[in-house]
Amino acid sequence: MQVENWVEDTIAAIATPIGEGGIGIVRVSGSEAISTIDKIFRSPKGRSLEEARNWSLSYGWILSDSGEKLDEVVVSVMRAPHSYTREDVVEINCHSGLIPLQNVLKRILGLGIRLADPGEFTKRAFLHGRLDLSQAEAVMDLIRAKTDKGHRLALRQLEGDLSKSIKEMRDELIGLLAAIEAGIDFPEEVGDMDADELISACQGIEDRLERLFATADSGKIIREGVDTAIIGRPNVGKSSLLNMLLRENRAIVTEIPGTTRDVIEEIVNIDGFPFVIRDTAGIRHTEDVIEKIGVERAMSLMDGADLVIYVIDGSTPIHGDDVELLKQLTGRTAVIVLNKADLGIAVSKEECTKLVPDTPVVRISATEKTGLESLEEIIVERVTGGLVDLSGESLMVTRTRHKQALKDALENLTAAKQTCLNGLPVDLVAIDIRGAAENLGEITGDTLQADVIDRIFADFCLGK
Amino acid sequence: MEKFDVIVVGAGHAGCEAALAAARMGFRTAIFTLALDSVAMMPCNPSIGGPGKAHIVREIDALGGEIGRITDETSLHVRMLNTRKGPAVRALRAQVDRKLYSWKMRQILEREPRLFLREGCVERILVKGGRVWGVALRTEERFQGKCVVVANGTYMRSLIHVGEVHYESGPQAQQTTHGLSRNLEELGFQLIRFKTGTPPRANSRSLNYDKMTALPGEKLPRGFSFTSKVAKRKQLPCWLTHTTSETHRIISENLDRTALYGGAIMGIGPRYCPSIESKIVQFPDKESHQVFVEPEGWDTQEVYLSGVSTSLPAEVQMEVARSIPGLENVEFLRLAYAIEYDCLGPHQLKSSLESKTIRGLFFAGQINGSSGYEEAAAQGIIAGINCGLYLRKEQPLILGRDEAYIGVLIDDLVTKTIHEPYRMMTSLAEYRLLLRQDNADRRLSRYGKDLGLLSGERYEKVQSKWYAVEKEMERLGTWRITPSQVITAALESVGSTPISRVVTGEELLRRPEITYSELRALGFESTFDEELQELVETEVKYAGYILKERRSVERFQAMEARVLPDWIDYDLVEGLSKEAAEKLNSVRPHSLGQASRIAGVSPADISVLMVFLEHRGRRLKASEKTD
Ligand SMILES: Nc1nc2c(ncn2[C@@H]2O[C@H](COP(=O)(O)OP(=O)(O)OP(=O)(O)O)[C@@H](O)[C@H]2O)c(=O)[nH]1
Ligand SMILES: [Mg+2]
Repeated sequence: MQVENWVEDTIAAIATPIGEGGIGIVRVSGSEAISTIDKIFRSPKGRSLEEARNWSLSYGWILSDSGEKLDEVVVSVMRAPHSYTREDVVEINCHSGLIPLQNVLKRILGLGIRLADPGEFTKRAFLHGRLDLSQAEAVMDLIRAKTDKGHRLALRQLEGDLSKSIKEMRDELIGLLAAIEAGIDFPEEVGDMDADELISACQGIEDRLERLFATADSGKIIREGVDTAIIGRPNVGKSSLLNMLLRENRAIVTEIPGTTRDVIEEIVNIDGFPFVIRDTAGIRHTEDVIEKIGVERAMSLMDGADLVIYVIDGSTPIHGDDVELLKQLTGRTAVIVLNKADLGIAVSKEECTKLVPDTPVVRISATEKTGLESLEEIIVERVTGGLVDLSGESLMVTRTRHKQALKDALENLTAAKQTCLNGLPVDLVAIDIRGAAENLGEITGDTLQADVIDRIFADFCLGK
Repeated sequence: MEKFDVIVVGAGHAGCEAALAAARMGFRTAIFTLALDSVAMMPCNPSIGGPGKAHIVREIDALGGEIGRITDETSLHVRMLNTRKGPAVRALRAQVDRKLYSWKMRQILEREPRLFLREGCVERILVKGGRVWGVALRTEERFQGKCVVVANGTYMRSLIHVGEVHYESGPQAQQTTHGLSRNLEELGFQLIRFKTGTPPRANSRSLNYDKMTALPGEKLPRGFSFTSKVAKRKQLPCWLTHTTSETHRIISENLDRTALYGGAIMGIGPRYCPSIESKIVQFPDKESHQVFVEPEGWDTQEVYLSGVSTSLPAEVQMEVARSIPGLENVEFLRLAYAIEYDCLGPHQLKSSLESKTIRGLFFAGQINGSSGYEEAAAQGIIAGINCGLYLRKEQPLILGRDEAYIGVLIDDLVTKTIHEPYRMMTSLAEYRLLLRQDNADRRLSRYGKDLGLLSGERYEKVQSKWYAVEKEMERLGTWRITPSQVITAALESVGSTPISRVVTGEELLRRPEITYSELRALGFESTFDEELQELVETEVKYAGYILKERRSVERFQAMEARVLPDWIDYDLVEGLSKEAAEKLNSVRPHSLGQASRIAGVSPADISVLMVFLEHRGRRLKASEKTD
């Protein structure tokens, strides 16, 4: 039954994030959408939604099953195929806040309408041909976008910037392919393509692809968050620091060294960027088996992290273990935090900088909550300055699938160039170029063959 | 009433191969032609082969057809095209003696046991209860047949245009037919209208060859057929000249008098074979177009003016021709013309070329919207074979796109909506490194033998040829060469880097600049002739690429294996675009793979179908459980 639902039934869900903005929307999509909502909607003049014009707004109330007014709403009706999903869609704009939205949704679900799966509206829009693959994925990202910056990027992608740029490159590849193929299929009419020309054309597209590919990691960071590890010796205040960044008490803080045994993971929004922060076990030489495992994990977390926050208790002289561990930071994107400033200053910033040049040092007190702002500033600076390029309008690749496709396309283009350079026949070059064009088509969801044939005839005068 | 197993309508390139295949499979076969003297006629350029087409000819030869053999016997100018563009696209092309070709084919038809050749115009296909049972002629004769292959070319309601003059005629002053068009419509078939054209023919004595460039044939021409030997043969040259600014001026000034731009032609013409007027309109920046002068036979003065196909009025044609260097005093033997004709929308056929609605009724050749003798012959032999298999109550022969250009051709015809006469090109084949003209025998001889179209002896020869190739490759893999000063010098002399360790012959041959002759110079002994050497070189040098294509064939086959049941009503599958549902209902693809090749079916539609299949599969499983 569950599988059958995807085409036939009508679905509903809250379509805006709860608690943001003044208004929340409950969206209903499917053939039953209009008639069902009509049953529970009343306008001041008693007009039926079935009569409402497409894309019109109707003011009124949603009624409870006993006929009381549940919420004051504005309802818009969008009939198939002129809607987001290309099905009949009703959007109920409610007063925001969790309670009224949930009440309205509950009321609708009581009428035999199913709660939509995450992303199901988008899936329908895609299946109905409303969105191309990369647009559909952008919407999915939008739904999941953890912060504003991710949101904006997703929006831009939705508008088709990525699609457009990739389509352009694909188009160039098709032009190249058509030139090769025309020469092959009409050898007596079309001259051979110049190898140098072919190589420089491949090179040009390769460069553009490479630039796009380079943004793939930034894209991932924005979409999935900056992987951040808090590292330091036991009892220096790592968990306290996490709580400070979270602005609430999630991690257990005690005066007993080695409190944190397992990794704690939290998401924090700092200045619009999502950070996935992992609080770890304190690192030290130990015989305690459980703690030892924690230490190993912390080390490997440091390896996997985009950003390392290294915490030192700045109120006592620097420990031998710290000297060792600080050296591990060289070459990483890191910030050194000197904690417990309220207890006095026993470690100077210079001492740290001497050990790890080029790594910023901040002094804070986790208990007194001082230095938070400058810490956040430095963290964001670390990210925008190196990990992520947010300059200008550059496009970003945010999907692993896109990244893979770009990588494949790049490989194919490099192979094409190499094949030319090796003096191998154009027939083989065509295989690689075709591969690259297909890879790009995977992102935009286009298929190749007819496009190439059309280009052959458009670009070349053929026929004896 | 005379009874046959198979009746073939039309003795063109499709009809002849169809009839021969059916007769050779043991079936009593009749073949009807409008004009006995025009069997296997070539109303356009008497040229066989070229990229994609040569591949098809070799494939037909491997299946046991005749086109390759007759071409080799009657060729008067042979060239190997694309020699430097890669192993997959190398293609043989031959000019043949038009009359001789037709004559040889007629002799073969006349002598074939169980085959009955008759002049006569078939006007009606006789159908009862959704099954074909015979044909009726204009002479009111009726013949009974369990299978019928309609292969009647471009004669149906054919209309010729020469400038403002339009008249009913088949190609080369043959007759037009009306009866069959009407009859096919009555039987529920949808006909489409296509157009093609042909250039003027000149009398060779009126041409000044001093102003043209001679294009000689190959010194040691190879043959299309496995049975043909490479040998030095007498050949005629072709000649190259070009249009001038004067040519273009004359055409531009008379554009409105062409049938094409004057609006008389309703049919759709092929983009790959445009008239000279469309070349000039579409590519205004091109100052000159090539004109090839090609001989039509050993002992005729008739030459073909390739490149100036046109529907201009007669007197303008002459003016145009005379503006071309070498043609200043040209005498025409025939005028150029455009021709429109009815053909069948091939989506009405199954991949076996049998009609989807009438059992035992097959279609082959230009009637299916294709163009070219090779494409016609290919459909012919497949239709003939499938008649035989139908009569034997066996599964039809359907060649895959990964198996043969013939497979690509037929799949494209029945799957894609064609908008112009369909011509084979190598760029239409996804796996062309696997579908080379040099391995057609290896790919398809098995079928030929199993069907009884290829002798056991011939099959043995194919087998031992490839066995020898494999042995040779093994030998290359074990033959070793040690670095030395002599070797270094030898390698450097051909621009290759010296070796620093012991290497095998195979490793050396993988280098782009090393061929067999270099290996020989280094001491590798071999009895292989040039053709076999090329085969080995291809297999060794391009092994990586070949492997890559094999891998994508696996993915392709997975999609082909996902069968779409034929009871699906695509209108009821929600989520499909309207266009896709329409196309799917009309084409009725047998697999998800075929569906994905239909124009108008987008990747999104394919995901809808995948979900549909998945869902159905789960429901089936669920109902099995509850049962
Ligand atoms: N005075 C003062 N005390 C602090 C500060 N930060 C943390 N502490 C105290 O230090 C002790 C350890 O803090 P935690 O945050 O648990 O330290 P940790 O690094 O997570 O320790 P483990 O999990 O055991 O490795 C607690 O008693 C905290 O209250 C600070 O800035 N000033
Ligand atoms: Mg802790």
